[in-house]
Amino acid sequence: MKHLLSITDLSPADIHGLLELTDHMVEISGRPIPKVPALRGRNVVSLFFEDSTRTRTSFDTAAKRLSADTMNFAVSSSSVNKGESLRDTVETIAAMGVDAFVVRHKSSGAPQMITRWTNASIINAGDGWHQHPTQALLDCYTIRTGLNRRDGFDGLHIAIVGDIRHSRVARSDVQAFSALGARVTLIAPPTLLPPSLEGWPVEVSHDLDAVVPHVDVLYLLRVQRERMDDALLPSMEEYSAMYGLDSRRAAQLAPHALVMHPGPMNRGVEMVVDPAELPGSVILNQVTNGVAVRMAVLFSVLGSGSDLRGSE
Amino acid sequence: MTRVLITGGTVLDQTGERRADVAVDPASGRIADVAPALAPSDGDVVLDATGCFVSPGFVDLHVHLREPGKEEAETIETGSRGAALGGFTAVVAMPNTDPAHDSVAVVEFVRAQGERAGLCEVLPSGCITVGRAGERLAPFGELAGAGVRLFTDDGNGVQDPLLMRRALEYAGPLGITLAQHCETSALTKGAVMHEGACCSHLGLPGWPALAEELMLFRDIELVRLTGVGMHFLHLSTARSVELVRAAKADGLPVTAEAAPHHFTLTDEMLTGYDPLFKVNPPLRTRADIDALKAGLADGTIDAIATDHAPHAPHTKELPLDQAPPGMLGLETALALAISELDMPPAAVVAALSWKPAAIAGVADRHGRPVAVGEPANLALFDPSHEWTVSAAGMASKSRNTPYGGRTVRGKVRHTIFRGHPVVVDGHATR
Repeated sequence: MKHLLSITDLSPADIHGLLELTDHMVEISGRPIPKVPALRGRNVVSLFFEDSTRTRTSFDTAAKRLSADTMNFAVSSSSVNKGESLRDTVETIAAMGVDAFVVRHKSSGAPQMITRWTNASIINAGDGWHQHPTQALLDCYTIRTGLNRRDGFDGLHIAIVGDIRHSRVARSDVQAFSALGARVTLIAPPTLLPPSLEGWPVEVSHDLDAVVPHVDVLYLLRVQRERMDDALLPSMEEYSAMYGLDSRRAAQLAPHALVMHPGPMNRGVEMVVDPAELPGSVILNQVTNGVAVRMAVLFSVLGSGSDLRGSE
Repeated sequence: MTRVLITGGTVLDQTGERRADVAVDPASGRIADVAPALAPSDGDVVLDATGCFVSPGFVDLHVHLREPGKEEAETIETGSRGAALGGFTAVVAMPNTDPAHDSVAVVEFVRAQGERAGLCEVLPSGCITVGRAGERLAPFGELAGAGVRLFTDDGNGVQDPLLMRRALEYAGPLGITLAQHCETSALTKGAVMHEGACCSHLGLPGWPALAEELMLFRDIELVRLTGVGMHFLHLSTARSVELVRAAKADGLPVTAEAAPHHFTLTDEMLTGYDPLFKVNPPLRTRADIDALKAGLADGTIDAIATDHAPHAPHTKELPLDQAPPGMLGLETALALAISELDMPPAAVVAALSWKPAAIAGVADRHGRPVAVGEPANLALFDPSHEWTVSAAGMASKSRNTPYGGRTVRGKVRHTIFRGHPVVVDGHATR
């Protein structure tokens, strides 16, 4: 695998392979000294054009556990304002010797553009509303372990609730979950759905109460206040009442059902209950698994098969 | 006396098609002779037009020449050279320069730069509103007095319906034409590409067809109310074609243009996030392409206009949502029309020449029949010449063609402007 730009780059077998590799990474992460020399001498540069402490830290931790050299290049918005093109920024840093760029950008498609200007591998750490493939992989891994579904998601019903329109997480998750065999239902007001769902392997509902009792996974997305400015929502209170997870709805969940969220949560909006009180909440597992999944991705992009067996 | 003698070609104009040689007198800039066979005299410049149509020069209602203000992307000279190579003998320069075409000083500068280049006639458009800001009417009377015939805020639609109504009423007696860039901007905030399945998948904000159709509908009704005619720029949707067709059936004085990229490329081209395919209005769907082609074929769409929009390379190396919209068009328009439209050559030339000449208000000197005494503004093109588009080979200062590497059919061999060969064998002479 040269790049990871989109879940659509991966076959179901590729996804299974990465999740199996993640099992090894979880094992390494559980060791007293959670570090292997697999990527020693490899230079991984985080190129974040949009703030994200969580994702950047997760990638950084993953790279360090594999002994890669890491460098953070936080591109302030000012350098874009100075008129430096994306191409110049990338070529300048690439000239320092880079094996992989981990790219976060507020513009959809930016990681794909960057592949034209460097020979380094590009790992998409979130682009605009488009894709966040490592989030989808860590979500799959969390469901796989949480529901003990090593062989795939056939028969699972996953509901994704919230601002689908503006969500790279939703776009990636829909593709990954359905590739593994799950049935996916999107739950949102029509204003927060994409203008067209042609070609999306999903069902749509506007009635959370009707769906909640029947799902194996309830995946809540963050809803931002600024959506009210674009007339997409009348008020956060109304959103919360219609689409938030409160204790009444939580009580309707099946006993085995998982509750997930990509973070950061808006408490009192989409998450009305305290997730600590939800037996099915695996939100912190998602964060933990994020490091192992990103180790697997970095290793797949930069490593060679035999290196993983050694340890320091 | 030296003449330019065009031999071996087939004359194609609004009177039909016929085998004829044409002699042009550069001194007067007029056609001196048209006959089945003309013998060269001493000193004649002979242009071989074997296999070519000899037609009136093309008129592009819609080009962005970037001067003044963005000379790193294009100048009036480089744009004029591209125009000549594309067979155009007149181009209407859009007003979205810096400063904009809202004063006599700017339009006279643009015209003078066109004359200095001497490759085609550069017709400055005028703004509908001061600074294209959509707030106050530009000085139509003064600009009309300076020879401006087409007025538009292109790049912006005039949003305020009252202002647009007043603009039409005021323009009525001045003998000018108002042209609308149909875009209801409240519906296109942040929009990058056509709203539909493709943008939903790519995670990009959509530009709904409705944003164009709503303003077009409003303006057609304003034409009905005021009785003052209008021209509609770069229509891109199937429903827009229907609206214009219905307006014409009602006898309303409206005209419309379509750009080659809108009848050749779909929104699926954006799948690779390449800003070369970003344009405003955006590339639409196959159904829209079919409707535009049908509209051109039945005359609902009067003219092919390029919306030639050069952008310096570094500005197209930004992410799709930050890159400016627009693509080059002058040097590929004829070939795309011939290659993609299922229309007879006379209909293609009509949409490129005499129909837009009438809309631009230059029918006294462009788009004229090829006949003795007429102004010698001529395009000589080989409709079966196959060639491969090369961005690097273009006369434009910019390289933003979406057609690089594409093999097309139909090429301009020679262009005559005011009796002078400005393009000979596919090369500009000045």
